[in-house]
Amino acid sequence: MDSPKKIFRMGLWEDNPVLVQIIGICSALAVTNLMMNSLIMGIGLIFVTGLSSFTVSSIRTFTPKHIRMMVQVLIIAAYVIIVDIFLKAYMPEMSKALGPYVGLIITNCIIMGRAEAYAQQNPPIPSFLDGVASGMGYTIVLLLIAFFRELFGFGTVFGIKVLGDWWTPWTIMIMPPAAFFLLAVAIWISKTIQDKEKDDKKGQVVNS
Amino acid sequence: MIELNPLIIFFAAIFTNNMIFSNFLGMCSYIAVSKEIPTSLGLGQAVTFVLTFTTIINYLIYHYVLVPLNLDYLRFIVFIISIAAFVQLLEMIVERYLPNLYYALGIFLPLITVNCAILGVSLFMIIRKYNFLQSIGFSIGSGIGWTLAIVALAGIRQKLKRASVPKGLEGPGITLIITGLMALAFIGFSGIVQIQ
Repeated sequence: MDSPKKIFRMGLWEDNPVLVQIIGICSALAVTNLMMNSLIMGIGLIFVTGLSSFTVSSIRTFTPKHIRMMVQVLIIAAYVIIVDIFLKAYMPEMSKALGPYVGLIITNCIIMGRAEAYAQQNPPIPSFLDGVASGMGYTIVLLLIAFFRELFGFGTVFGIKVLGDWWTPWTIMIMPPAAFFLLAVAIWISKTIQDKEKDDKKGQVVNS
Repeated sequence: MIELNPLIIFFAAIFTNNMIFSNFLGMCSYIAVSKEIPTSLGLGQAVTFVLTFTTIINYLIYHYVLVPLNLDYLRFIVFIISIAAFVQLLEMIVERYLPNLYYALGIFLPLITVNCAILGVSLFMIIRKYNFLQSIGFSIGSGIGWTLAIVALAGIRQKLKRASVPKGLEGPGITLIITGLMALAFIGFSGIVQIQ
């Protein structure tokens, strides 16, 4: 069994779903024009990933191998429905702003990926932590991209005005192309750092 | 709200409201399967085909089964099941009767179930309250728009093989930058038609 610390380090950095595995980026690009949207989306995703990994792992010994994909999709869809109903009831504005992207959590490859790669072979508690860690890795990247897009696009952070009236909003930042550019830059930076880390590790092995 | 002509929706879905460049749907396979033009064209055709038929099926299920029974909130589960079932059925039929087509499209069919563009179009159709003809126009247009985007990207990536790219940017990074530039170009279409 992996220690919680290792699981979180994998999910947040070394195996970050958005930056390293490049999965689940549809919604990562779509909701990042405002930080609040990204935060709610991230929390929703953490909830769904954690609990669906937990459920998939709990019933993994009873699930016939050849229909496991279908079972996983149904489990995920059930949790997404909970998130959707919750948002509609308590945050109708947010539910409208996120639009179809809440429903699209179902086809977010992160959740299926974690269920298939981790929860299928591991006990429930580590699977739950693994799901939460991947969800958090996703959320952090989303918030980072949203921070720059909202700051330059509206001059605000979480809706609070940071840059004064002298600031001319860059409309391009809230339009789709900026999302692609910023994600590319984020991947570029993280990949460069990770390559360097790997080289350092190799160097240590040789030296010792 | 003015009733939009299905044809206008069709063109809007290709140019101004392109699945990739303005809605970011179907990004996973867009990045993974865009290395060669023929493969991406094959995937694009398969997506367009499945997209059109699943949207029609989902429209009928939603308006004639779910709404009358007041089971609106179950739509996610029902849609994903109908998409998976349709893809499975299609795979069996094509394998049995059209083996040539099966070899051309076969490998892409399972991929399509998890392509978020398919589910996304069905959900957009509900949110934007399209009628039957509008839904058809929207789904065909979205499929063609998606194909256009992936084939264009594959064309650029083939040329890119000979270019020298910064090391950390290789692969997905540079692909996203190309997509961003293409999205910028597509902004030029905005204003021709607009759907929301």
